[in-house]
Amino acid sequence: MRVPRTWLPTGVAPRIPLNLVASSPRAALVARRLLSSTAPARAEPIHHHDPLMSDLEAKVHRKKHEHPHLFDAKGNEIDPYKGGPSAIDKAVHLFFFTEIIRGMWVVLEQFFREPYTIMYPFEKGPLSPRFRGEHALRRYPSGEERCIACKLCEAICPAQAITIESEARMDGSRRTTKYDIDMTKCIYCGFCQEACPVDAIVETQNQEFATETREELLYNKEKLLANGDRAEAEIAANLYADHVYR
Amino acid sequence: MIKKHTQIKMNNNLTITIINILLNLIDVLCIVLPVLLSVAFMTIIERKQLAAHQRRVGPNIVGYYGLLQPFADALKLILKETIIPSQSNKVLFFLAPISTLIFSLLGWGIIPFGQGLALSDFSLGILYTLALSSLGVYGVLLAGWSANSKYAFLGSLRSTAAMISYELILSSAILIIILLTGSLNYNTIIEIQQSVWFIIPLLPVFIFYFIAILAETSRTPFDLQEAESELVAGFFTEHSSVPFVYFFLGEYSSIVLFSCITAILFLGGYNLPEVFVNNSIINLQSIILGLKTCIFCFFFVWFRATLPRLRYDQLIELCWLNLLPVCVAFIILIPSILVSFDLVPF
Repeated sequence: MRVPRTWLPTGVAPRIPLNLVASSPRAALVARRLLSSTAPARAEPIHHHDPLMSDLEAKVHRKKHEHPHLFDAKGNEIDPYKGGPSAIDKAVHLFFFTEIIRGMWVVLEQFFREPYTIMYPFEKGPLSPRFRGEHALRRYPSGEERCIACKLCEAICPAQAITIESEARMDGSRRTTKYDIDMTKCIYCGFCQEACPVDAIVETQNQEFATETREELLYNKEKLLANGDRAEAEIAANLYADHVYR
Repeated sequence: MIKKHTQIKMNNNLTITIINILLNLIDVLCIVLPVLLSVAFMTIIERKQLAAHQRRVGPNIVGYYGLLQPFADALKLILKETIIPSQSNKVLFFLAPISTLIFSLLGWGIIPFGQGLALSDFSLGILYTLALSSLGVYGVLLAGWSANSKYAFLGSLRSTAAMISYELILSSAILIIILLTGSLNYNTIIEIQQSVWFIIPLLPVFIFYFIAILAETSRTPFDLQEAESELVAGFFTEHSSVPFVYFFLGEYSSIVLFSCITAILFLGGYNLPEVFVNNSIINLQSIILGLKTCIFCFFFVWFRATLPRLRYDQLIELCWLNLLPVCVAFIILIPSILVSFDLVPF
């Protein structure tokens, strides 16, 4: 069987051949190259004894040098089926379900390996500092609330889940009198915390705030401030961890 | 005086009849209760094994390792509301699940669990099994038709055609065994396998036999009738609560039953040659049969974990154009070998 090669252009770097019949370590390495964030220039050019070359590829390569008369001007094999499986081979594979047995072997291998399961309420997976969970309103260390009622979050909120009302306080500063988030509308896009000029509204890593009634999900300012007070250390740490990328 | 005497005799006869009936009932219960238990555990085995194949843990909360999960499930289903579609044919709607369960449980009547340990040592046991597996189609057919729902109807149409087609393969495969043993009785078939299990000389036959029972019990890759991605749930879409439990039990009972029959036909049933002497208190023969059955139950789930569902035309084509010719070839080949080496058993 001859599989058409896919050439993946990766800029100035040498091109990486993606061969569908690649042996598994090779496939893993190619996948690693494609996925990893290392510069593609690190990928090595293909040469004769490339350890990443699949058996089939190496065979064709060798054949090209040993019997150049079997290849046309473009370098394609004239009769690629010449070295292929015989009709008997094919019949044997068909009648003995070799493909199915190979597949079943893979499945059986998995059966004897340990599960990946994280026992959720008892074990928890890692959360990114960018995780967008339950909202919180933050305060300055002095205890003054950060929110200046600029209403950028309200404006940007695609689900229109935020409602803000504000008025001037006695000292002349503009503060919110009402800051409501309808958590049933919120889509956790994180635009509010992106929009906030003073890092007042943030999304914490808390994702376990399910309630028994719908009304409990209509958050008001007190609830949000309380969230902020409770998780301030965590929020600050996460913001610090992420500040390089902002 | 004479009259009184007759009366007593008649009374005696009546009592004996009643006692006989009660004893029979107890016999039947002795089979049915463990079977239903095994069916319940088959569901949990399936879920745990599928989970293991997919590197998950599966149900593990109810009871140790989730062992009581099937009972929790059954309780949940029984407590649910039975919804009867207003446009359905009510009688057939309830008859379908009942017939499915009864026909799959009836099959256990002739299974020998050990030497002389069968409800009935029926001389035509295999014919009985085949007849029951044919009758099993009725439950599906009735359910699909009576529910008056397009999904149920399509599911039952698919499954009827598939089951009837694959019954051909199943009976052909069994026919080869009948030709080899010269008997339709399960006990005889088991005794004959004392020397060699039929799976060894008849491996190709076993392969297409197993394909046929996968289709007969409508398991993946042949579970078109309940193709949940296309037909909601297939023929039992409209059944809820207890009728659904009946379908569920019937389905899994037929899986265990067919595994058991496969163990009897191809792995020598309760016999394990010369390894155990059966004189202990524990009936080792039944345990051996159980273990052999478990092997095939494992196979059922293993296939489900591996194979994707076939398309309908592929299913029918596989049966009529690929499996059937091979079957016919074997039906000609095996007797030819028997005749040419003068090995005909009858």
